[in-house]
Amino acid sequence: MKKSMITLYRVLKAGFVNFFRNLSLALPAVAVMTVTLFISLFLYIANVTFSNTITQINNKISITVYLSDSVTSTQLKYFEVQVKGLSNVKKVEYISKDEALAIYKADNANNQNLLQAVSETSNPLPASINITPVDINKIQDLKNFINQKQFIKLQDKQLGISYSGDRKQAIDRIAKATSVMREAGLIGIGIFALVSALIIFNTLRMAIFNRKDEITIMRLLGARPWYIRGPFVVEAAIYGFISALISVAVIKIMFTIFSSSLQASSLGLLDISYATKFFNDHFWILLSAQILIGVLLGVLFSIVATARYLKLRTSK
Amino acid sequence: MILLDRVSKIYNRKSTAIERINLHIEPKEFVIVVGQSGAGKTTLLRLLTREEKPTSGKIVVGGIDYDKLKDKDIPLLRRKIGVVFQDFKLLPNRTVFENVAFALEIVGVSTKEINNTVPRVLDIVNLKNKSDNMPYELSGGERQRVAIARAIVRQPKILIADEPTGNLDPKYAWDVIKVLEKINRFGTTVLLTTHNQEIVNKLKRRVVTIENGKIVSDRTNASYRL
Repeated sequence: MKKSMITLYRVLKAGFVNFFRNLSLALPAVAVMTVTLFISLFLYIANVTFSNTITQINNKISITVYLSDSVTSTQLKYFEVQVKGLSNVKKVEYISKDEALAIYKADNANNQNLLQAVSETSNPLPASINITPVDINKIQDLKNFINQKQFIKLQDKQLGISYSGDRKQAIDRIAKATSVMREAGLIGIGIFALVSALIIFNTLRMAIFNRKDEITIMRLLGARPWYIRGPFVVEAAIYGFISALISVAVIKIMFTIFSSSLQASSLGLLDISYATKFFNDHFWILLSAQILIGVLLGVLFSIVATARYLKLRTSK
Repeated sequence: MILLDRVSKIYNRKSTAIERINLHIEPKEFVIVVGQSGAGKTTLLRLLTREEKPTSGKIVVGGIDYDKLKDKDIPLLRRKIGVVFQDFKLLPNRTVFENVAFALEIVGVSTKEINNTVPRVLDIVNLKNKSDNMPYELSGGERQRVAIARAIVRQPKILIADEPTGNLDPKYAWDVIKVLEKINRFGTTVLLTTHNQEIVNKLKRRVVTIENGKIVSDRTNASYRL
């Protein structure tokens, strides 16, 4: 065996052996890492679910342009192409006069009086174009575009655009609320991630502090810094690996219980069925990411935490 | 083997640990450094193991000039010197065998050679039957002999022992000293600090006495005198 291979083997072996011999130090560290990794993953899934709910709400918001009966099919085509070319437009849907009437009749199937009224005259409903925006915060720009001189004459004089008056106010409020909620979610996760990282770092630091004499002894015997540090890094990586496994397992169990007992109900804005589906669909990715994060944090923090005891510099 | 030329270590204006010490130790010598607590014995040893740098003066050990020693080469220096401490400094989570083997592992000795060498060295310090014990299962004297085994397993030219008997009962203390004498007979230069009068008188070796950071006497075949 080559010398570097022997060294690698010994460092790895020492890391594993130390893990089992220092179980009393390892268990609290694993517990703390498990809890923080668990909460992080849970928050992440909650945020994705929440974000999905917001997207669904936003998808329901669209604006309708009511068209004047005199619009020709060329004008209509031109208008549709122009609107579709905008970056903030997700979907454009044309509803003809006949379709509008059919929808109206279906909606009011129980109201004989209304049905009577529309059938007595020629179709009073205007054709319309339904536009779904990408970002509901920018509907005003869309409206300005549609209200250009060349398009305003296409609109029904009385109805115009649905994005006005009370409706406009409601849409604006939803838009603002959802974007604030999204930001709050991201900031919350950011702060929590930072705090958990600090907690994990401190736990590892304490575990290593408890064994600083060991590091000093190894140094005095002439061990190279990485030979001393290696086993600590391996040990911390094991902590991270185990914590990641446990945290994902606990969430898996939680969702299994939840989804059967709550049966697709939702807790306020948290859509449990979506969360469960998201977790199950992305199980392997989430598990790998969690393991990667746990191991990386362990490795990184143990390198930093051992650094102060490894300084070779002698006092002057 | 060890040369100190006008070496001083001054921590601050009020505290001078060592002042202009000149000391020359030949290969295979057995030298005892005596002095009261705070006289500067430990500082002297810490200078030799490069845990501290002298404020002034020149140190050469085993042909290595400390002025030219880079920080990254300190591990290499420490591998050439065996050190035994008053508080043993054993790795608490490793067995006796593993503690001794560690000194060889860090220099990349093969597992086969380690399995050959360690039992032989444990035999020298009379601990062959304790090789699977953990340090906390041993008496003070046994722990110190493990530390000595670890210090000599790389066959260093120099063995530094800083009050190795300081924490031991007299009957164990003598066991430790006998091991040091044995190692010296094999050809290792031994530098021992102690303030145990009985040991100094019985050994009849070169005695260097330090007082207030200065060497006040340096006699061969000497007995304890402060």
